[in-house]
Amino acid sequence: MKLDGTDRAILNLMQDDLPLVSHPYAAVAEELGIPESEVLNRLTRMKDGRVITRFGPFFDAAAMGGAFCLCAMAVPTEEFETVLTKVNAHAEVAHNYERTHRLNMWFVLATETPEGIVGTADAIERETGICVLRFPKLQEFFIGFRVAA
Amino acid sequence: MIDARDREIIEALQGGLPLVPAPYAQMAEILGMDEDALLYRLAELKSRGVIRRIAAAPNHYKLGMTSNGMTVWDVDDDRITKLGVRIGALPFVTHCYERPRALPDWPYNLFAMVHGADRDEVEAKRAEIAAILGDACRVKDILYSTRILKKTGLRLKAKG
Repeated sequence: MKLDGTDRAILNLMQDDLPLVSHPYAAVAEELGIPESEVLNRLTRMKDGRVITRFGPFFDAAAMGGAFCLCAMAVPTEEFETVLTKVNAHAEVAHNYERTHRLNMWFVLATETPEGIVGTADAIERETGICVLRFPKLQEFFIGFRVAA
Repeated sequence: MIDARDREIIEALQGGLPLVPAPYAQMAEILGMDEDALLYRLAELKSRGVIRRIAAAPNHYKLGMTSNGMTVWDVDDDRITKLGVRIGALPFVTHCYERPRALPDWPYNLFAMVHGADRDEVEAKRAEIAAILGDACRVKDILYSTRILKKTGLRLKAKG
């Protein structure tokens, strides 16, 4: 979909932390000097066009008591689809990407408890016969998640 | 850390807020509580860091950022914290973490995700990171994503 200058201004503004107020879209509208209804119409269009995935609170999963771990596997090409089916069958696998490396399958495990990470990664190793390397975060250098629209 | 009510709120809001003038009032009604009570709870979750921010999540691909590279670096352990903060602050780095090495297969301890319109743009940004790391970095690599194999939001499972 085509974005105009106003769409981009909305998108850029809304990637920053917005105040927790009863009428958040009115606050954005006021900042940009356009009616609230226009902000809502444009947001609806951008959401329908999948330019915006979602709008709302970003939760820190670890603060909610969950556990996360980036994992990688070196999957032989001829087994790739078979292994993929087995890996993705686990609901704990949140994202999974094919990447250009000998370690060619990278996924994030999201579980309720730290033990859940070990259990799921071990289960994937048993089911596939392939080592699951685990890269939990030690430090996060968190600034944000911004794209200049 | 979070009580049962917080959990219900998180479950209700993790899909995002509705695009209506008073989205919290609508969610409060679904949750069977007052809007003020919901806003109060959310402010409290935010002050504790459970909510990081309230914002829109853009789709990189739809914005023309179709190339994504996971840049990885073997950085001197004594200097990684200071340098990691600088790399994380770069506007084109969307995620930046220190992670354990997995020797001998994997010598890298700093991961920085870089997005760009194409691989040339990603490589130019990667060179900027390399310049900042300087001699603190021994070996480096980049892994481009070639296929999304699964993508579900990080969702809290309903607890029985």
